Amino acid sequence: MSESYLPKGMPIPVPQGDGLDKSYWEATRHGELVVQKCSDCDTWQWGPEWVCHNCRSFNMTWKQIEPSGRIYSWERPWHPVHPALKDQGPYLVVLVELPQAGNVRMIGNLLGDPHQDVVIGSKVEAVFEPHDDAEPPYTLVQWRLAAK
Amino acid sequence: MRYAADDLPLAEGQFAFTLPIRHLAKDAKQRMSERTIRGKTAVAGVGETTYYKHGQSPDNEFVLVLKAILAACEDAGISPDEIDGFASYSNDRNEPTRIAAALGIKELKYSNMNWGGGGGGVAAAVGNASAAVACGYADCVVAFRGLAQGQFRRFGQSAPDPHVSGDAAYMSPYGIMSPLQKYAMRAMRFMHEYDVDHSVLRSISMASYTHAQNNPRAVMYNRPLSDEKYDDSRWIVEPCRLFDCCQENDGAAACIIVSAEKARDLKQKPAFILGAAQGSDHRCGAPVMNASNFPSSSFATLAPRLYEMARVSPDEVNVVQSYENFTIGVMMAVVEHGFCAPEECNEFFQLENLIAPSGKMPLNTSGGNLAECYMHGLGLQIEAVRQIRGDSVNQVPGADVAINIAGPMVHHVSSIIMGSEATL
Repeated sequence: MSESYLPKGMPIPVPQGDGLDKSYWEATRHGELVVQKCSDCDTWQWGPEWVCHNCRSFNMTWKQIEPSGRIYSWERPWHPVHPALKDQGPYLVVLVELPQAGNVRMIGNLLGDPHQDVVIGSKVEAVFEPHDDAEPPYTLVQWRLAAK
Repeated sequence: MRYAADDLPLAEGQFAFTLPIRHLAKDAKQRMSERTIRGKTAVAGVGETTYYKHGQSPDNEFVLVLKAILAACEDAGISPDEIDGFASYSNDRNEPTRIAAALGIKELKYSNMNWGGGGGGVAAAVGNASAAVACGYADCVVAFRGLAQGQFRRFGQSAPDPHVSGDAAYMSPYGIMSPLQKYAMRAMRFMHEYDVDHSVLRSISMASYTHAQNNPRAVMYNRPLSDEKYDDSRWIVEPCRLFDCCQENDGAAACIIVSAEKARDLKQKPAFILGAAQGSDHRCGAPVMNASNFPSSSFATLAPRLYEMARVSPDEVNVVQSYENFTIGVMMAVVEHGFCAPEECNEFFQLENLIAPSGKMPLNTSGGNLAECYMHGLGLQIEAVRQIRGDSVNQVPGADVAINIAGPMVHHVSSIIMGSEATL
């Protein structure tokens, strides 16, 4: 298994039982980032839902998008609330907005030094972090600062 | 004799179903103003147990709830026999049917649970109790909350499930599990947009701890906080330090809501409900932090509705109780309730402005969730009542109007405004 930003033993994401977000989790396994888009009114939507929040159409589709964005907000947790994080120390979480997809926002860790200064508005690109040994296997979408 | 809504007796042969037509003839604003609880109900009694540190209550949670309710009855000067309804929030574990059976309530006429976790529903519980009384579902409704985190799973600790799905699948694997981890992201964006200093958060924390030093009920009584102690405390989630976070406690609290007329006949000075509102704005609960108005405590559209019903403006409010799950929520909630503009936070949130009796906006005058007790905000409701009665431990002289802001940043929040007889 390749290196991961947070230690082993973190909660394992699985698709919803009703199949709503199966496509997202399958795409991440192939290194692809997809989000929902309404077939009728072209509204981008995230997180996933069965209906378009703009026109109430149920014709939601999955669109592959360029895996990049910019930091909309961030936080640095220090206090561990999960046993796997007991010896972790601080880590960075960013909320990334995706201008190419209607400014929907996604959450991930910001790779690199957990003590670094984070600047809102910075451009970031996705890094796919596979967890092949997990049961079931999954891939997280992480973020790193984009090359200038 | 039957009466129409405007208290005119119906003429012989005139049917009650003509009422809606008469209403339609009036303008919309007037019709809205008739759909109000303003001045129709009051909090007539309040009660709380001893407040304990997490895990230290000698009583179990159900016993705590019963004791708080009986204390509220005693305070109101009524027999528990008069209680006929219950309202709570945050999936309270103590069901009204069990309480009613245990206390021998003669007839249960109303029970109500406000959806949503955390303390977003505390003002809604008092508001729902008021609505039930105003509409005649019941006559004497208890709004209550019991919380023995020592006996049950603690808030702020993640569930032990190895697998997560739904919204949690997009957060937990990245280390976003606790409430603060979910809400710090909102505050960081807010502080970025409006260039807010950390000193704002420190002042909010200091206000609660300062007030608690005069409150023997407070768990942090005789445990003062200083600027240095705050600044030296460890980060929990940046931008929040330890003293930006509420305590964990065991206890219970209750308020008794009756009609305004009945409240005037009871022994305490009534705290009349002037307005109550609950909810949140556009797509507040959108998954994966996609709320339309993200750098927000969820009150942006609620507060104007509240003030309209209460017929009060922010500058007429004498004292503010604003639920501190975390100081960051108080900061945004105070802004969204119109007490200062977001750009003014650094000047407005100076400690001297927040302290009773003479501060511009006395805040959390019992010590609140940070320093009195984390009773999911019901303690703050009780404190608002005490301010209106004039018997707070940090009394604001002549306080006629008190606002209570509940559970900022959760997806379903609520607020309430209480007033003295002089405000009616």
